Amino acid sequence: MKCCDNNMKLYLPSLSINESMARQAVASFVAQLNPTLEELADIKCAVSEAVTNAIVHGYKYKSGTVYIGVKYYGDRTVIIEIRDKGCGIENVKEAMTPLFTTDTSGERSGMGFAVMQTFMDKLDVRSKLNEGVRILMTKHLK
Amino acid sequence: MLLERLTEIKLTNYTLNVKMRGDIDHHTAKSVREKIDEAILLNKPRFVILDLSNVDFMDSSGLGLVLGRYTKALDIGAKLIIHKPTRRIKRILEMAGIERIIEIKGDDYDEML
Repeated sequence: MKCCDNNMKLYLPSLSINESMARQAVASFVAQLNPTLEELADIKCAVSEAVTNAIVHGYKYKSGTVYIGVKYYGDRTVIIEIRDKGCGIENVKEAMTPLFTTDTSGERSGMGFAVMQTFMDKLDVRSKLNEGVRILMTKHLK
Repeated sequence: MLLERLTEIKLTNYTLNVKMRGDIDHHTAKSVREKIDEAILLNKPRFVILDLSNVDFMDSSGLGLVLGRYTKALDIGAKLIIHKPTRRIKRILEMAGIERIIEIKGDDYDEML
């Protein structure tokens, strides 16, 4: 694996107020590559989904840490990793089905993974039950 | 942005006009949702207009908010309409297929309000 040109790491408490901060921080870092406004908006949206997933589903609003790592390469490839050490996902394939949600309030759309898939070029989700989730997202900037 | 400033609600001729502002994510959605639901239950409007022209960011929590308000409006026999979403917001609405169940109006709808 070739070495990245630049990288950043961010560890945040699993508080919903940090969702905005997480997407803004990643966007500021990626902005160094002069992406289009649309590319930046896509990345912000995907990061927001992944971080919200960690807070809502991974830690179920309990205390924990959301780990965010971003790398970019000379060919304008951006790789974003978002991890939690929460409860994990029993069936990743099922969780990634559009409109699937474990929420019973009717207020979650179940579109989180669909948004990540649509707005990024590649999405990889791995999880072990009771150990957490690792989401790896790739975006090739123009 | 202060959460209280995210929504402005006005009732005119049985139409509840909800002007949303800023970022609608999981953190902000809760208070916005509560404010809109309270106004729907209190005023029993015939139409609920969600004006998204000043919404800068929306993720799937925003989609959940819109779909949830659509159901609340339906429960009291009201019709919910999305008004003037920006290009960016329209993209996520279309990705989720919202336009198949909720009417989305552009600038031309202003005169009707």
